[in-house]
Amino acid sequence: MSAEVLPYTIKPHPVTGLYNGKFGVWLFLASEVMLFGALFSTYIFLRIGAPETGPAAWPSGEETHLSWKIGGLNTLILILSSVTMVLAWVQFKMDNFGKGRLYLAITAILAIAFVAIKFKFEYAHKFHMDIVPSTSVFFAIYYTMTGLHALHIIGGVVVICYFIGPGAKLWDQNREYYTNRIECTGLYWHFVDLVWIFLFPILYLL
Amino acid sequence: MSLKAFHIIFVVFSTLTALGFGFWAIRHYRVSGEQAALIAGIGSFMGGAVLIVYGRWFLRKLKGVSYL
Repeated sequence: MSAEVLPYTIKPHPVTGLYNGKFGVWLFLASEVMLFGALFSTYIFLRIGAPETGPAAWPSGEETHLSWKIGGLNTLILILSSVTMVLAWVQFKMDNFGKGRLYLAITAILAIAFVAIKFKFEYAHKFHMDIVPSTSVFFAIYYTMTGLHALHIIGGVVVICYFIGPGAKLWDQNREYYTNRIECTGLYWHFVDLVWIFLFPILYLL
Repeated sequence: MSLKAFHIIFVVFSTLTALGFGFWAIRHYRVSGEQAALIAGIGSFMGGAVLIVYGRWFLRKLKGVSYL
């Protein structure tokens, strides 16, 4: 469906002050805040309620088998990916399609690197040691939160790759519409990266 | 809120995380003596400084773009 058929894909809606795509993404992100907010709350309550000793006690740093080096590297990768994502949007706004697409590709590569590190060096290592979600309450919430976050990253990669590939045709038809779609993707991407910014310290450092 | 505004918020949180991680890593080094922690700590402080500089550059570059 073209931009002419759908209203307010470029111009802001008079009621919300935003074009409809951006308003929709913010509504979606509000639901995501509730989803991840519930999981963060669950983590806090489980940790506060855990006994100090015994098999149900909260594991210490070493017992979690989480490497701060891998977590830190992945944090750096995601911060860089947010920077490249916003730079892609800036390039499209400046009518520079080639550079914008290059930054999108770098964002996708960084995101794939994040997921690869997560699966290869964290999940595979833990599965090899027979550490699964049913191992303990900590690992249940760890796999739930990081797994859900990884799924969000994979979803973001699919969208970014779509706009690098088949979705790029929209640029020839309507540049502003395409740039707005990249902005919406960027908003989602920043949210997913912001979730990791909170996940990293609570799981790996505290 | 535009991507510009959200990016500024993201850079602020990233900077705080970099500085916080820097403090954590230096403390970890003092407790464990792990050389990698010292390198990570210094690197993280430098990363935080880079993010502050980048944030200022970004604000200047997108002066004409709306926050909404």
